[in-house]
Amino acid sequence: MYSEEHKLYLKKQIIYKWIIIGIQLFFILLFLFLWQILSEKEIINPFIFSSPKRVLETIVKLHKNQTLYNHIGITVYETLISFGIGTILGYFIASILWWWRSLYDIFDPFLTVLNSLPKVALGPIIIIWAGAGINSIILMALFISVIITIIHIYQGFKEVDLIKIRLMKSLGASKFQLYSKLMIPATFPNFISTLKVNISLTLIGVIMGEFLVSKEGIGYLIMYGSQVFNLNLVITGIFLLGIVAAIMYYFVCFIEKRLIKND
Amino acid sequence: MKLLLSIHNLKKNYHTKQGEIKAVEHFSYDMKEGEFVSIVGPSGCGKSTILSILCGLDKKSSGKIIKRENLKIGYMLQQDGLFPWRTILENCYIGLELQNDLTNENKEYVKSLLETYGLKEFMNAYPSSLSGGMRQRVALIRTLATKPDLLLLDEPFSALDAHTRLVVCDDVWNIIKKEHKSAIMVTHDVEEAISCSDQVIVLTERPASIKQIYPIQLTDKTSPIHNRSCKEFSSYYNQIWKDIDFHV
Repeated sequence: MYSEEHKLYLKKQIIYKWIIIGIQLFFILLFLFLWQILSEKEIINPFIFSSPKRVLETIVKLHKNQTLYNHIGITVYETLISFGIGTILGYFIASILWWWRSLYDIFDPFLTVLNSLPKVALGPIIIIWAGAGINSIILMALFISVIITIIHIYQGFKEVDLIKIRLMKSLGASKFQLYSKLMIPATFPNFISTLKVNISLTLIGVIMGEFLVSKEGIGYLIMYGSQVFNLNLVITGIFLLGIVAAIMYYFVCFIEKRLIKND
Repeated sequence: MKLLLSIHNLKKNYHTKQGEIKAVEHFSYDMKEGEFVSIVGPSGCGKSTILSILCGLDKKSSGKIIKRENLKIGYMLQQDGLFPWRTILENCYIGLELQNDLTNENKEYVKSLLETYGLKEFMNAYPSSLSGGMRQRVALIRTLATKPDLLLLDEPFSALDAHTRLVVCDDVWNIIKKEHKSAIMVTHDVEEAISCSDQVIVLTERPASIKQIYPIQLTDKTSPIHNRSCKEFSSYYNQIWKDIDFHV
């Protein structure tokens, strides 16, 4: 059994946690309240700044004409596809670069250039190559996420403890055994942190792609809203995007918690 | 006694962009079965290089190494290098896994080693929950799991605090003797070398070559901790210390 002192300590911890949540909620409500009031009293222009009520109405409208879930679904779908392909492809290429060290030395400067190049510049080419559709959007997001995945994962391989590599070699490990029994498990935490970076990057890529070319999706909603000067739609789109991004991020965190044990 | 290993005129140069480093030169030694040999010398003189070459991690520049047929070598480093994602038992299996030799019989052998050396209850724990001394013992059992005839110990206790060091050194020595293994230990601790070994090799500054070999003969020689109180101990200590010629 715990002592009274320890119980008190635990109780304090819980209270602290709820106070934090309470303050966070307070700020959200305060923000929404001020936004609504200022907009209603026309202190800020409701046409340009919209208001929480108008956003809610827009969501309800989208829900009623059945397009809400389609827009969200298509964006999530594109993100997950690019995220999946980007992660697998990036991991694969990083592994090849690790396996043949000289390949890394050859391609390192190219990777650096590609990484610093603003990928949105490739937009027009991608549209011409892949057509004005979902393929272009996925390709756009891939370009953004895959290079950084390669660099991150490779960096992880490079940072594996030299002592452990020596140990494996002294026990007679083959290169494949070294890869499968040391490199992959040792870089697992690094892999998860790459996923976290990647999910946000992919979403950026998808929205960028949807800005350039699309007929549906949250990016389309925002773009369309701005073109017809319906700021309610634009802000609703941003709001939805925030929720989607947060859910995806927490999903990766959830996986991380389940998979990483002991240390 | 039978010869385990014969090193003749071993030479090793390292090449870096900055130039060539002569690490070892004219190193010759014949090692007998069951011997415990220590190598001491000024720091950075190339002691560890000799072990790396013996276990095949580094290539020699020239010289001859003749090993007894089917000689199996186990290597143990200063850092335990335990894998944090594997349990203690799984860590001890790694060598067997790599050599595709993870038979039931060998598994039982590893478990019996863990049991004999007081780690049975930690078999399914992860390395992070073990103390430094225990981790080093696990590292030794991991090395022993593949049943090597010769153990190469590269400053195996340097990462431990002074007290633990004595105890673990004694433990490890006892394990090695009990399992009838031969060992070469590199250390910078002269007392440790004398108390464990049958032979102490003193190396010169880089490039390392043999300055002197001391066969250690102590009256009432038992385990390392007791050996430290033998009457010849301090005279060996003084001689070797002078030989190494430490300067700061």
